[in-house]
Amino acid sequence: MATILAVDDSASMRQMVVMTLKGAGYDVVEAVDGAAALQIAKSKSFNLVLTDVNMPKMDGITLTRELRALPAYKFTPILTLTTESAAEKKQEGKAAGATGWIVKPFNPEQLISTVKRVLG
Amino acid sequence: MTVDVSQFHQVFFEESLEHLANMESALLQLEGGGNDPEVVNVIFRGAHSIKGGGATFGFQAVAEFTHLVETLLERIRSGKTAISPEIIAVLLESVDALRDMIGALQTGADGDATRNAALQRQLAEVLAGAGETSPHASNEARAAPPTACPVDAGWRIQFRPHRHFFRTGNDPYRILRELSALGRLEVRADISTLPPLLEMDPEECYLAWELVLQGHIARAEIDEIFAWVEGDCDLSIDPLATPNQPASAMTTAEVRHSDDKPASQVAERRAGQERRQAEGESIRVSIEKIDTIINMVGELVITQSMLSQVGAAVHGLNDAAMECLRDGLAQLERNTRELQEGVMRIRMLPISFAFSRFPRLVHDLSSKLGKKVELKLSGEQTELDKTVMEKIGDPLVHLVRNALDHGIEAPDVRRAQGKPEVGEIHLDAYHQGGNIVIEVSDDGAGLNRERIVAKARERGLLPADGEIDEERIIDLIFDPGFSTAETVSDVSGRGVGMDVVRRNIRDLGGNVEVTSESGRGSRFTIRLPLTLAILDGQLVRVGNQVYITPLVSIVESLQVRRERVNVVAGRAEVYRLRDEYIPIMDLRKVFGINGAVSNLAESLLVVVEGDGKKVGLVVDDLLGQQQVVIKSLESNFKPVQGISGATILGDGMVALILDAGQLVNTACGNSAYAGSLSGKATVAA
Repeated sequence: MATILAVDDSASMRQMVVMTLKGAGYDVVEAVDGAAALQIAKSKSFNLVLTDVNMPKMDGITLTRELRALPAYKFTPILTLTTESAAEKKQEGKAAGATGWIVKPFNPEQLISTVKRVLG
Repeated sequence: MTVDVSQFHQVFFEESLEHLANMESALLQLEGGGNDPEVVNVIFRGAHSIKGGGATFGFQAVAEFTHLVETLLERIRSGKTAISPEIIAVLLESVDALRDMIGALQTGADGDATRNAALQRQLAEVLAGAGETSPHASNEARAAPPTACPVDAGWRIQFRPHRHFFRTGNDPYRILRELSALGRLEVRADISTLPPLLEMDPEECYLAWELVLQGHIARAEIDEIFAWVEGDCDLSIDPLATPNQPASAMTTAEVRHSDDKPASQVAERRAGQERRQAEGESIRVSIEKIDTIINMVGELVITQSMLSQVGAAVHGLNDAAMECLRDGLAQLERNTRELQEGVMRIRMLPISFAFSRFPRLVHDLSSKLGKKVELKLSGEQTELDKTVMEKIGDPLVHLVRNALDHGIEAPDVRRAQGKPEVGEIHLDAYHQGGNIVIEVSDDGAGLNRERIVAKARERGLLPADGEIDEERIIDLIFDPGFSTAETVSDVSGRGVGMDVVRRNIRDLGGNVEVTSESGRGSRFTIRLPLTLAILDGQLVRVGNQVYITPLVSIVESLQVRRERVNVVAGRAEVYRLRDEYIPIMDLRKVFGINGAVSNLAESLLVVVEGDGKKVGLVVDDLLGQQQVVIKSLESNFKPVQGISGATILGDGMVALILDAGQLVNTACGNSAYAGSLSGKATVAA
């Protein structure tokens, strides 16, 4: 089964994402911010990275850029979790190498369907 | 599969409240004149996170309200709106409103809808006045694209990925798959740009597609599939011509670029990093679980000290076995002590938890009183027991309020005295010995001695004339019902308070001292034990009983000299200790211990201090000093006058812990002290 790295500084959002994905049968590893995620990503490989944008220490845009620079993550799908009001964040994420985005607020069903789209 | 999102509500509430607390302190920092973009970022991130969670977990009101706040913050962050005191005030109020909303959600109660609506209007006004866009301008994602109407026949799609297409993690095959789910899809690949095999770079995308998608499909559905790859491909989407909807009616749709602004330069250096790091990773554990462990460790300490005594008394073992036993016992003692310290530390929290409410309090109060005050905090990382922290909060609030109301002068008065207009209140905390010391100081007027004395005379608390020593004057402010404030404000001045402050601090086993200099300010020094669970005690023997006197309350111990004992009024005995007379309490009498009344000359006098007064306790012998684990008498038996608790000694004996404060009060308050202590406080050995 596919392994997903879920990054969000908000504990409630992270719990929801993690439990939803685990419930759908994915292996999920969680990280509390970009810096922690980068650390984890270097020691383990993932089929998909889901990252919040606004985070302390390292934001999701920087994380995306850093991941893309790693050979192991050259082609890995990376989705940003972004709010509808932050349209420029979607593009900023894209410019940094993100595959796409999921617009907040989303419900668990929307999350799973988007993840399925990417992972096939 | 369904996931019940309500299970995440509690976590959302808790983290939202944390965000609000951070936002509040950051706002106050901004008010202090800072214009640090990192501080604004902290506030923004808090609002952003609450909004996202609120919307996700179905708290629409919270999400909408925070959206306004966030919009305003975004303006400030991007420099479109300048920070002003008014904006900070509105934001602070918004933080309060959100806190109430979340509190209401937590308890299921109704929030104050009127206030929230009023605030929401205020925010909208600030936004309208401050910039060009309306607060709802950002809902662009909801706006339907102009070509959203479904087309019956279908669409012709030219899809030409750029070479770097794969590097975004996207896959053309995914797009084809999704399109085919919408309707009947004809796929024609264009391989004209495919290079010879040897020149091919497997990481590049060389193919292009011409697609015909047939069916009753909305343009928006197709747009959504391509949304992620805009800019990574050449794309054209045209409706297939149908008899009643000629192709010319629709212009060639262009890839949407509406919200495609150049990546704004958001120099987001991570604000508040240090604070975050200080928090570290943590888990939430209920306090009962910790207390159970602490209790168990307490028992373990007792068992260990019992074993030590047994070990010391063992005879008849050979040397090797003896050494083994002694090593084992020594190690057990060391480990027990470390375990105990470690467990105690779990209950310790940095005092910043108690200090954090003051910036806001000082801000609100000083503006209400028309004073200018700067609050300085230091030693915020000093740790103390959670229970002690909870109980010290209110007394601290009282002291700070008093400092603001009575201490710090109005700006013009300060100016006239050649002081800086802005007064300073300083909260400091540090460890000293086994205690934590908290100081509340101000650079205000200091205690007004004349007024205190005048008031005290008026109330008959002091004789009408005669010299009054410094200590007594300061003591007066702790008298119940004493207040010198000329007008009773809603800040302070009702005269309830200082006596409560002192009582609360004493209940925690601490004390409070005051130093004050006219025109220079006052300093309240609170000394508290780090924890309520352990006490450094001096073991004393009275007859066949062992009592424990808290080390912190012992002033000195001395051999009684008969000639210094005087009898006052025929019944109470006092002892001349250098140049003062202190009452003597014979613990045998006090606790009704059988056996001959001790011969004073052969006894020892332990001078203890409580409530600023001293009393000499007559005991037979001083035993050792040791840390004892306090067991509550109140919860295990019932409260006993003069006794603050009990403990179990190493030999399994129960020993009572003396309450110095109560003993002193009994001795000083009533001449016939022995009669006032009800019942006997002894333990059968």
